[in-house]
Amino acid sequence: MKVTMFHFMPYRDLPEDFPGKLPSAWVDTPWWEYGDANKVTDYYNWSIDELMLAAKLGFDAIGTNEHHQNPYGFMCNPNLFGAMLAKLTRDQGLDQVALLQLGATISSSPPVRLAEEYAVIDCLSGGRLIAGLPTGLGNDVSVSNGITPMEHRERWREGVDFILKAWTAKEFFAWNGKYTQLPKVNLWPRPVQDPHPPVVIPGAASSSTWDYCHDNNFPYAYLSYFGGKSAYNVMDRFWQRAAAKGRDANPYRASFLQIVGVAETDRKAEEIFSKHVEYFYHKLLHLPLYYINPPGNADYKSLLNILMSGTNMLQIGDFTTDLKLLKAKDMIEKEFVVVGSPATVRDKLEAMAKRLNIGHLMVALQFGSMPHELANKNIELFAREVLPHLQKLWEDQPWENHWWPKKLRKRPTRRREMATA
Amino acid sequence: MVTATVKTVPVRHCDFEAKVKTAGSGPPLVYLHAAGGPIWDPFVEGLCERYTVYAPHHPGTGETARDAIRSVDNLWDLVIIYEEIFDALNLQSVPLIGTSFGGMMACEFAAHRPERVSKMVVLDPIGLWREDLPVAPYMLMPPDRLVATLYKHLDSPAVQAALQMPNDPKEVAVATADLVWALGATGKFVWPIPDKGLKKRMHRIKAPTLIVWGEDDALVSSLYAKEFAARIANSRIEIIKDCGHVPQVERLEVLKPIVEKFLSA
Repeated sequence: MKVTMFHFMPYRDLPEDFPGKLPSAWVDTPWWEYGDANKVTDYYNWSIDELMLAAKLGFDAIGTNEHHQNPYGFMCNPNLFGAMLAKLTRDQGLDQVALLQLGATISSSPPVRLAEEYAVIDCLSGGRLIAGLPTGLGNDVSVSNGITPMEHRERWREGVDFILKAWTAKEFFAWNGKYTQLPKVNLWPRPVQDPHPPVVIPGAASSSTWDYCHDNNFPYAYLSYFGGKSAYNVMDRFWQRAAAKGRDANPYRASFLQIVGVAETDRKAEEIFSKHVEYFYHKLLHLPLYYINPPGNADYKSLLNILMSGTNMLQIGDFTTDLKLLKAKDMIEKEFVVVGSPATVRDKLEAMAKRLNIGHLMVALQFGSMPHELANKNIELFAREVLPHLQKLWEDQPWENHWWPKKLRKRPTRRREMATA
Repeated sequence: MVTATVKTVPVRHCDFEAKVKTAGSGPPLVYLHAAGGPIWDPFVEGLCERYTVYAPHHPGTGETARDAIRSVDNLWDLVIIYEEIFDALNLQSVPLIGTSFGGMMACEFAAHRPERVSKMVVLDPIGLWREDLPVAPYMLMPPDRLVATLYKHLDSPAVQAALQMPNDPKEVAVATADLVWALGATGKFVWPIPDKGLKKRMHRIKAPTLIVWGEDDALVSSLYAKEFAARIANSRIEIIKDCGHVPQVERLEVLKPIVEKFLSA
């Protein structure tokens, strides 16, 4: 299994009483009351250092993403960070690490700029980019960037088509799209990877996104904060759609994101991570449904499906659940978060990966208010005690990972030794 | 209850199969509904007593195909669709009433084809923007806040009747999906700020215009009445006291004679 250290880059020092009466942590948190640019200087630098530490300690990839107007995570353009990480890893001889941009939000930026930026990262890193092509959240795309909700998904599809063509065309072409019109496209630079960097489509649980992945043979990254158990239904249906579309059950078609805290014992882990878990779920995920899905965002059929089903599809853990009623202990029990001793975390993650049939795992080892020192400790312990074990998963199976940078598909001997040490 | 029929009116522009609800007798009158989709309420029923009311359904709402909205790319498309509906129904110069989003569309149409509108009534229209009076973000609200933004007297029988949902859970699901989709389909032309250049075009409006506003409108302040009046040459304002964004529901008994008098004058 390929394991990525994924970073949200959150605001780590919100006050105890946050969010108080704020209707949402996203869009509605006044910077002038809560934000401190000097603290943010530390957050950005710590976050980059934490990702670099993971790169040094043998993770297969390091990952960034894009969100706006919120304390949950504000790498507003993930490619600024991807470019830095490309350069830093290269300079430090970490050429085995992939750069997972999960990534730049397609619907709200000029696609030609995104095609260029991704190509820059692939060039800088010598062909180590994995290009995330996310549809994005309604609040980011429509509220923070003003895109009409009804056009959100159309823009995404057109943007993805454009980027793939701009990377690969061997002639000038004119793009006469609905949202992008360019008379002469001739992208400089082009990616190192041929025909183009592997792509991945992150999504929240929309069946139209699964079909899109299977139709195009793209892998899917299920982004949920509610753990493996709440993902059974979603991933089962993803694999059913794969079978229906004639795709195999290659686990590398799927990724899952998981928040993880490791300490010496289960009790100690619960003790030190609980407040950061609650900070994440109670403060940073304070995001109402009307921002995530403004009218027009979901197509009529999906809307009707959801409303007709009577219960919510995920059973538990979508954004209609009141997270504030849950304590860290509950969230550890329900496995929204995987928190425990190395043995506990190993077992839970392995069981989850097998049950969901995922070949890529993204772990967030800094989350919420977790300070830099504790994040480093978490990354170190995970890298030493859990990572080597997980990386061996699926190795005894015949599946090939077609969705990873070609030059990184065979693991260097040095790392295999470390993994088995 | 008057018997209403829904006419299918195929228009060339955007290959839109328009649906126009029609009822009543007398001279023609066109009614444009609000962002929440077509509603056949007692106000419209009342208009049918004296007029043949034509109430087109915005693309994607009411009886139209839900995906019809996909091919209507911009406000210009939408205005041309209305023009073609007027042509198809042979409406040469008729009174036009629009409420909220429909009020904005009435102004857009009257500015585009001033000669096709004989008189205009707009009820709490959106379409203009003042920095100091932002229009409430009605597409970004939980249902309870949206309802509280629309109405001043939530507990009044008329408002309760307007908010009445069907009993069957499946019908509730369809009604909810229709409402959300209608907000999205109309929102396509006003997102993220309902100021799409109407202020530049309003000087073209020739129709004598009645601008009606609920005094306590929490969605778009009644202070906007003056902004509309300042840009429509032959216009006057009627402010309805103790009333929110939807006078035709909250103060029908006050609104009805005002509109009737204006139209028959």
